[in-house]
Amino acid sequence: MHGPPPAPRPPGPALSRRGVLLGALAGAGAATLTGCATPVGAGLLKTEAAPGAVEYWNLFGGGDGVRMQQIQDGFRRANPGTPLKAITLAWGDPYYTKLSLATVGEEPPDVAVSHLTRMKTLVDAGLLQELRPEDLARHGMAPDNFNQRAWQAGLVDGRAYAIPLDTHPFVLFYNTDVCQQAGLLDSDGQLKPITGEAAFADALARAKQVTGQYGATHGINADPASPWRLFQTFYSQLEGEILADNGTRIVLDDAKATRVLDYLRALTVEQRLMPSAADYQGAIAMFAAGQAGFHLNGEWEISTFQTAGMSFGMTLLPNIFGGPHAVQADSHTLVLPARPDLDQARLDRSLHFVRSVLDQSLTWAEGGHVPTWLPFAESDAYRRLSPQSSYAAAADTAVYDPPGWYSGSGSNFENVIGSAVGAVEGGQLTAQAAIAQIRSQLSALARTPSPV
Amino acid sequence: MATTISAPDQIRTEPGSPPSGGADHRTRQGRPALLFLAPFLALYLLFIVGPALYGLVMSFFHTSLVRPGLGEFAGLDNYAEALGSSDFWWALWHTVWFTILTTPPLVVLALVFALLAERVRRGRWFFRLAYFLPYVLPSAVVALIWQWIYTPELGLLSRTVDAFGATAPNWLGDPNWAMVSLAITTVWWTLGFNFVLYLAGLQDVPRDLYEASAIDGAGPWQQIRRITLPLLARTTTLVVVLQVIASLKVFDQMYIMTSGGPNFSTRSALQYVFDVGFTDYRTGYAAAASTLFFLLVLAVSAVWLVMTRRQESEV
Repeated sequence: MHGPPPAPRPPGPALSRRGVLLGALAGAGAATLTGCATPVGAGLLKTEAAPGAVEYWNLFGGGDGVRMQQIQDGFRRANPGTPLKAITLAWGDPYYTKLSLATVGEEPPDVAVSHLTRMKTLVDAGLLQELRPEDLARHGMAPDNFNQRAWQAGLVDGRAYAIPLDTHPFVLFYNTDVCQQAGLLDSDGQLKPITGEAAFADALARAKQVTGQYGATHGINADPASPWRLFQTFYSQLEGEILADNGTRIVLDDAKATRVLDYLRALTVEQRLMPSAADYQGAIAMFAAGQAGFHLNGEWEISTFQTAGMSFGMTLLPNIFGGPHAVQADSHTLVLPARPDLDQARLDRSLHFVRSVLDQSLTWAEGGHVPTWLPFAESDAYRRLSPQSSYAAAADTAVYDPPGWYSGSGSNFENVIGSAVGAVEGGQLTAQAAIAQIRSQLSALARTPSPV
Repeated sequence: MATTISAPDQIRTEPGSPPSGGADHRTRQGRPALLFLAPFLALYLLFIVGPALYGLVMSFFHTSLVRPGLGEFAGLDNYAEALGSSDFWWALWHTVWFTILTTPPLVVLALVFALLAERVRRGRWFFRLAYFLPYVLPSAVVALIWQWIYTPELGLLSRTVDAFGATAPNWLGDPNWAMVSLAITTVWWTLGFNFVLYLAGLQDVPRDLYEASAIDGAGPWQQIRRITLPLLARTTTLVVVLQVIASLKVFDQMYIMTSGGPNFSTRSALQYVFDVGFTDYRTGYAAAASTLFFLLVLAVSAVWLVMTRRQESEV
């Protein structure tokens, strides 16, 4: 390197390299010391970031994320004396891994969101505080304030560990323009009730005639969750069970599972009423573009279609198999991770925040979730909310994942079944082969002693 | 290679000639060298060697993600379970299959494009940039771009194929195609890195060799075959080793684009480790599976090292 000749040194104290390095080091040290208020400093020195604050972790992105922010802001406005530190982490495994590790490491948040079906595993691992009735009562929360299906599903050995915030079922979206032309709407512009295998296939066929492409869409590629939810919905309508004895026994009913899988195969591969190859985003895009009259997905996608500006309605997934009307669902719950330094004041701060979130159920319900907080769920404000209130019955027909250490939202249990169901819908596996595969993979999990 | 010009010798002499002073010189340099290495070594021990050893220990225990400590001693149970699990073997095979699919095109195409870009007279910077640009993208962005390209019915690729009257395969949804589709994405994405390595190698080829050979009447093809390729041999070795290791470590593309599907047909070894370790909380078993995978990578690297050593001593 032949740079320009070094400039003559200016008079006065020279800035040596050593001086610069020492200065930088001192600066960094000072920054660390004064950094007690920063998360890193607080973590290293094990001090509290802000005394008297509520730390809250959640996993909400997209439209849910925006609404949760509004709820948090609502809490901040009403409680200026209680700083709220809200942290949003990526949905799924990254979230539950961090929540578990933070709790094991004795630095958990005060309040955290958990899916109801994942919450039980956390309880088994001893990571959650029991919510005692007298503590809840101080904040005006009693078991009969909640939708009973969600509340009962959340109990472990009769004890409460989680406050259900909503029920989020798998629902049927319909394009009102397409369904109007197909003659599937009643005089009020609502979808006429559909019941039975033939009626549902017929509705899809009529929608397909209008769109020229497909009757309905749902994610299959790279999306085991959607096929799992669809399968669980129909299989539960046949009163089928998958796991027993806390997941140690597989009780999959071959005849019932075959009936569901054959029906799904008929809709996709044989009659081509649903595409056998669409990924999650693609399935949404096709419905939003009017290439399909129906879309099967969780109600949380309501914001997507509202943003797309299309005219659509939502309703319960039809009862196809004539048994009790069942739809796959899960619930978001608020939990209090176990912590060694729990005192009454902290507990009350946390429960106060939980109650504040429940009181803002309207904001949450706008995002499509069915409220479980009865003071709101039974109000006129909710009944007026359309199309959100049109599938409110889902809260009472909800079917949750069977208990087991390997089941729950985003678990390998769902992946195993969803992948096999997706392969049937994609035409790669027969119903028999899929059932054999499910049984073999689930048996390996059932044999394994619980790691929690 | 007997007919090649004596240039390889010229290159070989550079690292071959030891600095004067020998052993004495080296010990005097030792302490400051260690001091300079200390920050790196400390981090390396703390974040690579330490966790690796801890993982090895963990693989002999029924360690759980949600319980403190190592848990119950398992002996070789975890290893026995992994070796007896068809899911584990399939995942291992998917990783190997991905490596087989991606390594040859990533080496050959990078070389071809580097040669072409080197021959361009005008706008050379554009071609250099164009090939390297995808490499700067994060995996999530690449995955999103290609997910839309591969989307059935609506996607760019499906529509193009349909427009030609053929039926587009279900790129990511068909178990027979999913891995090929992921390989194509990966080639597009990471080609730029090997391309740059080859470009750098090409700059090291002495110009006068081309001049001399041109005077002797060698055509462009002969020059490539007799001068360029032999002189790039070391670069090729480097590129292949780096590529094989990078391909074996594949995780992002599958995790984002197919979640290991359809029906687990693209689940890589690392994703298997992720699934059992993080989704199932079984970190002890996951550590055993990843140790077995580590042995595979080690074996491949060792074989390659022996082969290249031999190749070098033959030159």
